[in-house]
Amino acid sequence: MTEGMRGLGRLLLTPAVALLFLWMIIPLGMTVYFSTLRYNLLNPGMEGFVGLDNFRYFLTDPAFLASLRNTLVLVGAVLLITTVAGTLVALLLDEVIVGRSIVRLMVIAPFFVMPTVSALVWKNLLMHPVSGLFAFIGSSLGLTPIDWFAEAPLLAIILIVAWQWLPFATLILLTALQSLDEEQKEAAEMDGARALSTFFYITLPHLARPITVVILIETIFLLTVFAEIFVTTGGGPGLQTTNIAFLIYAQALIQYDVGAASAGGLVAVVLANIVAFFLVRLVGRNLEA
Amino acid sequence: MARRVSTGRTLVMTLLAWGVGFVIFFPILWMGLASFKTELEAFATPPSFLFFDWTTENYAAVQGRSDYVHHAVNSVVIAGGSVLIALLIAIPAAWSMAFAPSRHTRDILLWMLSTKMMPPVGVLVPIYLIYRNFGLLDSRIGLVLVLCLGNLPIVVWMLFTYFKEIPKDVLEAARMDGATVGKELVYVLTPMAVPGIASTVLLNVILAWNEAFWTLNLSTSEAAPLTVFIASYSSPEGLFWAKLSAASTLAIAPILVLGWFSQRQLVRGLTFGAVK
Repeated sequence: MTEGMRGLGRLLLTPAVALLFLWMIIPLGMTVYFSTLRYNLLNPGMEGFVGLDNFRYFLTDPAFLASLRNTLVLVGAVLLITTVAGTLVALLLDEVIVGRSIVRLMVIAPFFVMPTVSALVWKNLLMHPVSGLFAFIGSSLGLTPIDWFAEAPLLAIILIVAWQWLPFATLILLTALQSLDEEQKEAAEMDGARALSTFFYITLPHLARPITVVILIETIFLLTVFAEIFVTTGGGPGLQTTNIAFLIYAQALIQYDVGAASAGGLVAVVLANIVAFFLVRLVGRNLEA
Repeated sequence: MARRVSTGRTLVMTLLAWGVGFVIFFPILWMGLASFKTELEAFATPPSFLFFDWTTENYAAVQGRSDYVHHAVNSVVIAGGSVLIALLIAIPAAWSMAFAPSRHTRDILLWMLSTKMMPPVGVLVPIYLIYRNFGLLDSRIGLVLVLCLGNLPIVVWMLFTYFKEIPKDVLEAARMDGATVGKELVYVLTPMAVPGIASTVLLNVILAWNEAFWTLNLSTSEAAPLTVFIASYSSPEGLFWAKLSAASTLAIAPILVLGWFSQRQLVRGLTFGAVK
């Protein structure tokens, strides 16, 4: 490669790198700075350095523990539902079926629905305690309809978010399944392996990597679920559906406590970075191959 | 497809798959149906599935209640604008990393990926304050900017994976014939990269169209795209299900069609090439 090419390459790369660098470093630097200040937008002119007080305040706030718990439950439950159901649906779609492409379209559709739409449609048309479709189905079967957003608000949010992410898991696992060598499976079948052992000894090990990718990528997005909570429960009742993202939002734009919200923001960044660390390593390994 | 499968198995699997597909798709179908009901019918128990008086009055009402077209235009401008600008920045960068790689290329790529992992809520406060001070709150330019930077890493990554698949010999042949780098970019590389660029645009328009963190926090009315417009139905007045359904159907229909075309790119774009 010529020296000129190399110089040109660097030149063409610069705008993207510079912009992303600024986009990262300026807001993040400001967040770090604000997190050490007493700074409330309602009391302008009262700003002062308070060291780590905001972190102490944020981390010992009972709301933080509640929202941390909600975040973990939400992320864990959605991951469990989407990877298990996603694997099953992907296996089903990998079978010989009539009209597979149409079924595929139906299965991936929820992924393209904007979060505010899916949340409001589920909350009203499906989960309404009197006129929702679930209430109708439940009472037809002789069950007492439940008021989802009063009795099990977090479960309601989990179901909505899982419905949105199931297509993602399915699509990725299906792509991976289709690259599995048919001959390998046939050979196993001819050796007399039963369907279950083929699944556990051949299919599942092949899916280990894509499942890891699904879990890591979903986790990054699920840690900051926001719109679904914003339009349905507003974090309530009480703190029952407040996750960390929503708590920080409430602190910043409802209570205008810039200092505490910034401290919370940094906590969220640290949490996300733990996951990101593993994902970046995984992708990086793939890049060399 | 060399697998021999019995007809019975195919029949069972087909029925099962259609059943599962129908259940997953059902909320969208149900919303579509409700958009053609009157408000009373949409709220009625037991619900009617197909045998109701079909009406299109909700679609007219949605435009009348709050200017739907205005928000749809905002969505188009914000999603389209942010992707277009990201593309202008990303094409040179992806070209450089695919065809003139250096020792640092791999690290730069991974670093770009890691910027995408930063939770938006971690920088909500500073971005909000910067926007307030520069008068960018509730402005289209502000949203274009933030969504452009937010999606830039994905755009660069996708383009990079597509560019890397273009055979280098073709470029070398062009260079032998005396083509400059500029000519090579325009006449040789771009035509070969069009499918990859188109896929990148498709997926990122979808992501930007549905983005609901920054749009909800940084816009209220003037610049509000459809995500925010739909959110206004969360504090309802009176019976509103049919109107909510009509507004929602309009908001997701175009992107659903685009999405169905972009299935394959979805996997590639969202896994950063980790699953092929």
